[in-house]
Amino acid sequence: MTLAQAILSHKLGRRVQPGELVVVEVDHAMTIDSIVPTVIDRLEELGAAPRHPERVSLVYDHVAPASNVNVAEAQRRGREWARRSGVNFYEVGRGVCHQVLVEEGVARPGALIVGSDSHSTSYGAVGAFGTGMGATDIALAIASGKTWLRVPESVRVTFRGRPRPGVSAKDAALEMVGRLGSGGATYMAVEIHLQDGAERAFGRSERITLANLAMEAGAKAGIVAPSGEILELYEVPDWLRAGKDAVYVRELEIDLTTLTPRLAAPFYVDNVHSLGEYAGAAVDFVFVGTCTNGRIEDLRAAAEVLRGRRVAPGTRMLVVPASSQVLQQAMAEGVLQTLVEAGATIGTPGCGPCMGRHMGVAAAGERVVSTANRNFKGRMGSPQAEVYLTSPRTAARAAVLGRIPDEEEQE
Amino acid sequence: MNPTSHIPHPTSRVWKFPDNVNTDDILPGKYAPFMVGEDVFQNYAFAHLRPEFARQFRPGDLIVAGRNLGLGSSREYAPEALYKLGVRAIVARSYARIFYRNLVNLGIVPFVSEEVVEKAKDGDEVSYDVSTGVIELGGRIYRLQPPPAFLLAALEEGSLLAYFKKHGDFPGVE
Repeated sequence: MTLAQAILSHKLGRRVQPGELVVVEVDHAMTIDSIVPTVIDRLEELGAAPRHPERVSLVYDHVAPASNVNVAEAQRRGREWARRSGVNFYEVGRGVCHQVLVEEGVARPGALIVGSDSHSTSYGAVGAFGTGMGATDIALAIASGKTWLRVPESVRVTFRGRPRPGVSAKDAALEMVGRLGSGGATYMAVEIHLQDGAERAFGRSERITLANLAMEAGAKAGIVAPSGEILELYEVPDWLRAGKDAVYVRELEIDLTTLTPRLAAPFYVDNVHSLGEYAGAAVDFVFVGTCTNGRIEDLRAAAEVLRGRRVAPGTRMLVVPASSQVLQQAMAEGVLQTLVEAGATIGTPGCGPCMGRHMGVAAAGERVVSTANRNFKGRMGSPQAEVYLTSPRTAARAAVLGRIPDEEEQE
Repeated sequence: MNPTSHIPHPTSRVWKFPDNVNTDDILPGKYAPFMVGEDVFQNYAFAHLRPEFARQFRPGDLIVAGRNLGLGSSREYAPEALYKLGVRAIVARSYARIFYRNLVNLGIVPFVSEEVVEKAKDGDEVSYDVSTGVIELGGRIYRLQPPPAFLLAALEEGSLLAYFKKHGDFPGVE
């Protein structure tokens, strides 16, 4: 069986086959500030309360703090519902929902987690089956403790070796999305295997980046086979492994030892290129953060580039830690000091301007280098703005240079 | 919800969209209902891609799209904006998975057809029957496959939400 089949078979107590529609108990359901009003509407329409409130989390991250009165009212309604219903509630500033669920231990190997955010695939970093859904699906999961799923076929992606210095999991993830294509894994699980050194090179943080971006190939889940740091951090059940009999729709091999820094150019995440093709283009705004790349490892990578340097005149830089824990650690390590001394500014832990709602949206004609996960037209504000997705290191280099860097350049 | 009633009119037209139309195209994040208001967000459907859509779409018109329709964000308010404007069926070559679920949950029938998408041009006159999947376009009749039984059971009650409300569980689970 594949990892996806193993998890769903374990949940159902019988062997499942790809293509089957199953109704299955979920271990956790997650929703967020921007979606919770609709979830409450649906629950009210059903006349239902959470079946297992302790297995539900509400995280305020998408427009946090509130940017206008509509948002403030919607967030107040969500807070009142959370208090009334007894679900786990994470206030403004706690962090991006996916990072919070990993830090709180909700995401664990073999768990089935549904979230009202497409990047719920992130939980696959620790060997969970995480999948994104809309408000109605999440309301039904909260009301019933269950959801319906089509058992997915799987694509196997194997990363081999250790990446060269300056090449990160984000570069690996972009390479994967570029090769799979934006619809290359639709309805499927992307199962990621790290081998020949990759299992040590990529710890939990890097695996979140990989599982997170599997969504951008259309995946239902992105599951990284537990190895390396995951075996030290979690109890991994014996049954959670891909069998020799596992059948894959497609198998992809990526050699990390020869990989160079990547970027996704406008307006699709699978529009992946080497830096050289865009090097020299002036950059107005650099954003480091999000569920994809807002962890301490990412902030350290940016700080390493910025130490003793300045953000270029004419360029602005925003760093948004993925969670309050990341913020505290970055303070304790002096990473924040380095970033601020270099001229960057720091935002409230959460999603920041990723989806163009607040905290630094882009104007027409502006070029953004971002560590986030989407560069769709209009994603970060004006439809005439351009968003380039890169690693935190490449983003920091762009900030120092005021332009997209070349990979070979010594700045 | 306050849906516009579905009344076909004599001049129903095709709204044709290309491959890879994402949910940020369908409803940009900055126009989410919790930001601009539950009562007006549908007026921003396709605000960047086809700004005239929300004003000019009439119940009975048909969205026809290419591959991987609705990729990206899970935002259910993107298809909900379409529902509020009167969309009750879509024909596409293929759908992104969360968008497909959201359509069924809301009560928009997601038809799949290479042929209709190949033939249909923007502005073509069209008529269709959501319940049978029969589409009349350019003087030809197309009979489209209904969705899988599980989803059809939900759509027959109006939506998955309506099914759950009536039966207290998912289709196939009694």
